[in-house]
Amino acid sequence: MNRLNALFNTDKKDLLSVYFTAGYPEINTTLDIAEALEKAGADFLEIGFPYSDPVADGPTIQQSSQQALDNGMTLNVLFEQLKDLRHRLSIPVLLMGYANPVVQYGVERFCQKAAEVGVDGVIIPDLPMYEYESLYKDVFEKNGLSNIFLVTPQTSEERIRKIDGLSNSFIYLLSSASITGKALQVTDQTDTYFARIKAMQLKNPTVVGFGIADHKAFSKACQYNRGAIVGSAFVKMLTSTPNYLSKINEFVKKIKFS
Amino acid sequence: MKYSVNEQGYYGDFGGAYIPEMLYPNIEELRQRYISITESESFRTEFDALLKDYVGRPSPLYLAKRLSAKYGTNIYLKREDLNHTGSHKINNAIGQILLAERLGKKRIIAETGAGQHGVATATVCALKGIECVVYMGEVDMERQAPNVARMKMLGAKVVPATSGSKTLKDATNEAMRDWINNPVDTHYIIGSVVGPYPYPEMVARFQSIISLETKKQLLEQTGKELPDYAIACVGGGSNAMGMFYHFLDDEDVKLIAVEAAGRGVESGHSAATTALGREGVLHGSRTILMQTDDGQVVEPYSISAGLDYPGIGPQHAHLHKIQRAKYVSITDDEAMNAGLLLSQLEGIIPAIESAHAFAYLDKMKFNQDDIVVICLSGRGDKDLTTYINHFGF
Repeated sequence: MNRLNALFNTDKKDLLSVYFTAGYPEINTTLDIAEALEKAGADFLEIGFPYSDPVADGPTIQQSSQQALDNGMTLNVLFEQLKDLRHRLSIPVLLMGYANPVVQYGVERFCQKAAEVGVDGVIIPDLPMYEYESLYKDVFEKNGLSNIFLVTPQTSEERIRKIDGLSNSFIYLLSSASITGKALQVTDQTDTYFARIKAMQLKNPTVVGFGIADHKAFSKACQYNRGAIVGSAFVKMLTSTPNYLSKINEFVKKIKFS
Repeated sequence: MKYSVNEQGYYGDFGGAYIPEMLYPNIEELRQRYISITESESFRTEFDALLKDYVGRPSPLYLAKRLSAKYGTNIYLKREDLNHTGSHKINNAIGQILLAERLGKKRIIAETGAGQHGVATATVCALKGIECVVYMGEVDMERQAPNVARMKMLGAKVVPATSGSKTLKDATNEAMRDWINNPVDTHYIIGSVVGPYPYPEMVARFQSIISLETKKQLLEQTGKELPDYAIACVGGGSNAMGMFYHFLDDEDVKLIAVEAAGRGVESGHSAATTALGREGVLHGSRTILMQTDDGQVVEPYSISAGLDYPGIGPQHAHLHKIQRAKYVSITDDEAMNAGLLLSQLEGIIPAIESAHAFAYLDKMKFNQDDIVVICLSGRGDKDLTTYINHFGF
């Protein structure tokens, strides 16, 4: 059982995950940021590996990816940095990025490396379910890695059931069908959508991402789901705050407890 | 057909639909409905009528006598430059707007490089009274200013793509983002044989009118329906796919696809995808693309905005890999000279994209009785500034 499964098997509620881009704002701060997030109370983390053409990302994360690439971040550099991951962190860690860098690195080699450094799961938004199921599922499972699927308000019930069947830790529920960085508009529709998914009684817990920027959005998401993921809002803080490491504690507390 | 797509959307090792979940419903809706819609009688009737009376099809197949004399063979030009809006792009735009209408979409988005696809899309949106937003790289907006003006005049909103190289690849990213944010009421008219399945197949079918007509016209004019060579330029590859489509299973027809070498394949300023690229994933399909060892997309370069793209359509990647078609490249200078030559030998100013296909004639040896067909994919009016700057007219 990897750390993600272990976390979701507890009865902890209102889980907070934070996304940030590896190698941003500086090339060598990936683990410093991760460690500060764990100390501040983040329950698990998503470390993004940058891609030049990230179609699902808004301007904030796209810009951080470009800066990370300019800083020299590659998958090789990232895995080198993550060698110390399990000396410094105990919470679950996911890697998140697009298919092409993984395909170039080699999917099998990528999974082996991720497992070796202590990564628990992977989110590759543009990896087709068909390819995962027919080509890569065994490789992921052999290496103890969870593959996280996304669900949007437009995903059909049949497909959600299929995703639930293929998942073994949690399902990433998109707050709306949009790119990252758009503020969550809490409307009756959001409630209806969250309630509809909850009523499906899926075997995997759901965690909400995209548009979670403050405590209000976080608690709305947690009313119906096991937790929520903050991405763009955190990356924005890293961008705009020169001494960002010292501000991480305050940022996390504000989202979690207000 | 031997080279067509399989049920999962693959051409051999290439194709598929590498898309985030946000786009899955749109792509799935298209996959499930495009064949029944495009094969329905009402669609066929309207499509054929618009191609005939609005676009001006069939486009002529013209025996270029002076060009033929220069190369000692028989060179026929498939005159897509004579289509309404000046290029082959309108064939696909008409097909997709009729499809979008039948899918109940209220808003159209598109990406454009040279502006030909943007103009074609803006045109069909005007024809149907549907809102149109075209994404175009900031750099391309400058070098293709007349087409930007045409799109605006046709009522489209032109949005500059300001990320990356500010060219076609970035315009494509922006259009995909727009589609993710507007999944229900918007149809994305992709302009080339790229993108997630079913786009490559759908666009190829709409463009296959080029080779369908060519076969018939060749038979009428020469008594033979098959040429010895079919030649076309390739950025994403839609005019080439249209030119090759009905010849794919006729193995005697030699297919030649001409990419843009820019300042030279090894110069660091090139868009010669098959020469410089490797297999990978770009804009929703597994194909061949120019990339770093780490899988980051390399910025392409070509003097022609329409060929300035780091990948090729997945069916082209397949035809390249199994060597059914030959992929070659031509530099900026060679293309510009070929454009000038065609202008002065035949009185036809070609788009710089198409001029790449003509430049390859110089590298070939022909028999006197060979039949060579070149897709003249677009006219050069939009490129006059580039021609003026290059030759100092």
